[in-house]
Order: sequence, then structure tokens, then C-alpha cells
Amino acid sequence: MTQSWTFGRVFRLTLLILGALMFLAPYIFMISTAGKDQSDIFSASLSLIPQHFAYMANFTKALTRVSMPNLLLNGVIVCGLILVLQVVVAVPCAYAMAKLKFAAARILMAVVMLGLLVPIHATALPLYVAFDKLALLNSYAVLVAPFSISVFGIFLFLQFFRAMPDDLIHAARLDGMSEAGIVARVIVPNAWPAVTAFAIFSVVAHWNDLFWPLIVVTNQSYATPPLGLLFFRAAEAGDDYGALMAATLIITLPLVIAFLLAQKRFVEGITMTGLKG
Amino acid sequence: MSVFALSDIRKSFAGNAILKGVSLEAEAGEFIALVGPSGCGKSTLLRIVAGLDHADSGEIHIGGREVSQLRAADRNVAMVFQSYALYPHLTAGQNIAVPLAMRKLSSAQRLPFIGPMLPGQRQICADIQRQVAAMAVSLKIDHLLDRKPGQMSGGQRQRVALARAMVRDPSVFLMDEPLSNLDANLRVHARGEIVELHRRAGVPTLYVTHDQSEALSMADRVAVMIGGNLLQIAAPQVIYDDPSHVEVARFIGQPRINLLPTVRDAQGIVQFGTLRLASEGHGGANVTLGIRPEFVQLRAQGQGMLAARVERLEFLGSEVIVFAKLAVIGETVLAKVTPLEARGLIAGQPIDLNLDAARIMLFAEDGQRLPSARVTAAVREIAHV
Ligand SMILES: Nc1ncnc2c1ncn2[C@@H]1O[C@H](COP(=O)(O)OP(=O)(O)OP(=O)(O)O)[C@@H](O)[C@H]1O
Ligand SMILES: [Mg+2]
Repeated sequence: MTQSWTFGRVFRLTLLILGALMFLAPYIFMISTAGKDQSDIFSASLSLIPQHFAYMANFTKALTRVSMPNLLLNGVIVCGLILVLQVVVAVPCAYAMAKLKFAAARILMAVVMLGLLVPIHATALPLYVAFDKLALLNSYAVLVAPFSISVFGIFLFLQFFRAMPDDLIHAARLDGMSEAGIVARVIVPNAWPAVTAFAIFSVVAHWNDLFWPLIVVTNQSYATPPLGLLFFRAAEAGDDYGALMAATLIITLPLVIAFLLAQKRFVEGITMTGLKG
Repeated sequence: MSVFALSDIRKSFAGNAILKGVSLEAEAGEFIALVGPSGCGKSTLLRIVAGLDHADSGEIHIGGREVSQLRAADRNVAMVFQSYALYPHLTAGQNIAVPLAMRKLSSAQRLPFIGPMLPGQRQICADIQRQVAAMAVSLKIDHLLDRKPGQMSGGQRQRVALARAMVRDPSVFLMDEPLSNLDANLRVHARGEIVELHRRAGVPTLYVTHDQSEALSMADRVAVMIGGNLLQIAAPQVIYDDPSHVEVARFIGQPRINLLPTVRDAQGIVQFGTLRLASEGHGGANVTLGIRPEFVQLRAQGQGMLAARVERLEFLGSEVIVFAKLAVIGETVLAKVTPLEARGLIAGQPIDLNLDAARIMLFAEDGQRLPSARVTAAVREIAHV
């Protein structure tokens, strides 16, 4: 740091730190609560540092009372499958819409825009009925299938592919590649920033999703992490907030670690797509 | 027999006719430059030949085969793009290898992990590497093979793009302004190289450019395309000396040709100053007289055919361009003279101009060249006074 501490700089930093603290406060409080025992939590004074460190006890409870590895594994399987399917569907679709000329392109574009406007909550009930009829409730399939086509993904890739030069695709065709070959060998290798950005949006959304799993999963063995927390609270923890916070911490940790590891690419990806928040 | 022929190619975008019946034939090993102003449809024509776009009508023959229904990959056409269109994620060597790999390896052999285990794959890959290396040596880019396009200069990228196009022995070679992204020095140097490469490979080449000096200096024949029509296809010398259409005359030549509106009488006689020309052929009374600046000579006042006044001078080193305004019709005529002839001239000075009568061309109202412009006997006498 060779920059001098001018007033403006100090002011800016203070503002940023305050903002960051505000956003981090719930998380910090969660970390603190995860280390408190019952009496600590319900004491009148509000302190950040636990009086008696109960981390061991709380984490043991969190890890033993529900099958934490199972929850995390379910989370990974569901999010992973959703992401792979979304990319596999959205990339060729966006390529076709961005670079191929066909009669229905305009209609398809309108359908995508329409799809962006319809939230899962609107279609949840008919979907639920359909999966019930298919006897697919309580399965990975029901958790993954409704999200395998992401209009948001199509839209995001579409914008990115439009900016790719036509000549690149022309050159690939002359070199003898099929359309599928172009997607696999030219488009995808050059679309990593877009894929990374999309992966983060998708994984964060589906890792944290409670709405859909709550509707279609009643069997603990298919519970995703947020649903697991719910079971945890209902079944065992009751008012044991210390253990609950410990469990929450465990569940959010993978995302936090993943974000910190991929921070640079994440930011690159988001600024690339021009999407914020 | 021609190895490459286009007949009556037509194309319109949303009702806008861009190509209006383009026909062209190339002999084996011929280098044809396609020139025309920006937006006249040159790139569109190349894309149609390459199979990247479809013509509304017309036929394309390559090696005696009608290919309009074939996919781009099956036409065995190679193309160098204006933007080079190298694959950004591959190194130069990998870029050059792509067209070979796509043709020589089966789709199973190209698979990652599985491919290298299939029989014969190693042998073919080694072959490809050898070919890439040989190509790289002949284009002097062997030291760049491990670099990605982002790490190369424009000139280096252009060579890699050339190498990628040439490495697989195409039947026709298409180039879309491959030099337009280079600086002036490099461009002149690269011209020579492309011509040399073309001579060695002997593949018929269609070279698109909007730079007339490139076209004239490189090509065996120049095709001038204006407004979606091929107006003339001929050797550079013929295009320059003997343009068949006023637009060709206007487009080719630097500084531009002098074009002067005039009229002819019922006998086809054009009277221009003291100059009398006899014209033949069709068309109405309005004609355009064309003469290149190097055939306009300066004379002292009262000693030439046309009275004029010097407007300004452009000194270009080995020559001087004199802009002179004609007294009769007020048109500005350019004369290209040596610095010696232009010595002492100043703006505003009255002079006379002589037009080299043998070099005058006449164009009809529709732009077509009128067959002959003979100086009538009477004028000869005047001219020799
Ligand atoms: N896909 C398209 N849709 C509509 N119009 C097009 C399309 N492609 C080209 N055009 C039009 O066709 C005309 C010719 O374009 P083209 O790219 O062939 O010009 P060009 O001769 O290569 O020009 P330049 O020297 O600038 O490259 C232009 O007026 C352009 O606007
Ligand atoms: Mg062009």
C-alpha cells in the first residue's frame, strides 16, 4: 500500500466497511450464536462473544441429530444435476437462436422472454400434480426436472453468443465442423466466463431453494440442505438455536468457500454479462 | 476448361437486390481480384461461394461439379477472413491443425481420452503435426506455433489464418480483404507474399479487396463489381486503359479519371473546345468524355485546346497533380505532370490544356463505353498547329 491516507480515502473505506458490516451482521451473529449454549442465547444481554464456548456441543448436535453428510450430498447431487442439464440444454438452444437463421426464431425469442416472466411459484401446483400422477414425488428426478430448462440461462448465453463474431462460426463450418461440433469445440471453450457466471447464479439459487423441495419432498433421505434444516428444527432442535445455527453454518459453508475460491472468476463473469446483484 | 465458375448468381436481402446476376469463370491457377466500393456485395458473393450463405438463384461449379446444394465443408473451399477468425482458445499450431483434423480423423478418433486409444490415430496425428510444421516453416511462423491469437500481432495472425486456409489443398481459395487490418508497409510486403504463395500452390483464388492498387498489382484478372453487377473482368492493364463502363473508369485509377459531360450531334460528332471527336454506337445525345490525368498536358495560354485556370496543385514527390478549372463548362480537370512541367505554376494562373486525343474515351448515357472515339481530320490539323 503506497497510497496515502487522505480524508477522502478514509471516508470511502469507512463507508464501505460499515456497509460490509451491515450485510455481514446476520452471518456474524449466526457464527456467534452457533457457539452459545441455551442460557447464553436467552440471556438479556446481547454479546457477540459467547460466555461459555459451546461450539463442540452445538456442532456435535448438528452433525449427529440429522444426517448432515446426506443433506450436503443431496445438495451437491441436485445442484450438480440441475447445472449440467441447464447448460446442456441452454447452450445449444442459445447458439441456435443467436447464430442460426430459422423461421421460428422470433417466436422462440418471445417464448424465452415470456418464460423469464413466469416464476416457479406460478407453475408449482400443476407441476406438483403432474409429478404426483407420475409417482415421482420424493426422488431426485422431481427435484431436478422442473429446473432442467433455464430460460434465464438461455437468455444469458444468447446475449453472450450474439457478441461472438460470425466469422468464427463461418471458419469452423469451412473447416468441416458440424453444428454440434461448433457448439462443443468453438462456442463452449470460448464461453467460459458466461458459463461460470451462470453456474454461480444457478448453484446459489438451487442450493438455497426451499420452496420446491418443501412441496415435493417429505422423505428425509431426499432432503436438500434448507429442507434438512427445517426437519432439524421440527424434529429435534426445538428451541435449541445454538445447534440450529451450527447446522446452518455447516450448510452455508460450502457456498462461502466456493465463492471465496472462485471470487475472481465470479466477479469477472458478472461484470462480463453486465448483470448486477 | 474453367475450374471454377459462377453463373448468374442472384441474392437479395429482404427485397433488396444485392447481387444482380454475377457470372465469373476462373482458369486453373488464376488469381482474380474482386474490387468494388464498400457495400457492393463482395463479401456476400464470397459467402455464397463458400456455402455459408445461399444464393436466391444461380449456379456454382467447382472442379466441374455443381456445388450449390453442398454444405460448406463439402465444397473444399478455403477462406481467409478479414477478421482472420482464428479460434481464440487454440494456439496457432492447433488452429492450423483444425481443418486437417476435421478431415482426416473420424469423429470417434477426435474424442478426447478415447480418441488417442483408437488404432491409427497416433499415426494420423503425427502426419498432421508434420504438415502443420511444414506449412509454418513456409510462412515463417514456426516460432509462433505455441502462441494463442491474443498474443500475436495483426501480421502474425494474418499469416496463421493464411496457413490454416492453405494447409489442406483447397479447390478454390477465397480471401476477404485479408490485408485491410495491416499497416501500410506490412500490406505492401504481404501482397508480394500472397502472390508468391499463390504461385506455388496454384489454386484458383478469388481475392476480395476495395483497394484498387492491391487488385491491380496482385491479380491476373480484375473483376470490378459495382452495385451488385460485375461490370468488367479483365487483365489489370485492360481495366485501366480500356474500361468498358464509366463506373469502372471512375473506380479504378488514382488520381481519379476526368469525366466531362458533353453532347454529340446527329452524326455522332462531339465538339469539345477546339477538339472534334467522332463517336459510334448507341445511346442519346448526352455522352461523357473520359481522360486519365496523365494524358492531360499543360500548355502556355493560347497554345492548347482548352482554356483553363489553375485552381491548386498537389505535390506528390515524383509527380504533381494540377487541378484546373475549364473555362467552357466550369468542370475541374486533373492533370498529372512531372514537377518540372509544373514549375512556376501558381493558383489562379490561366493556362491551356491539351487532351491526348488517342486516349480519350466516350461513354454513353447508360454508362457503357462507346466503341470508338476517333479524332476527326479537321481536329488533327488544329492539334498540330
Ligand atoms: N445478412 C444480411 N442481411 C441484410 N443485409 C445484408 C446482410 N449481409 C449483407 N447485407 C447487405 O448487403 C450489402 C453488401 O454487403 P457486403 O458485406 O457483401 O458488402 P462488401 O462489398 O463486402 O463491403 P465491404 O467492402 O464494406 O466489406 C450491404 O448493403 C449490406 O448491408
Ligand atoms: Mg466485405
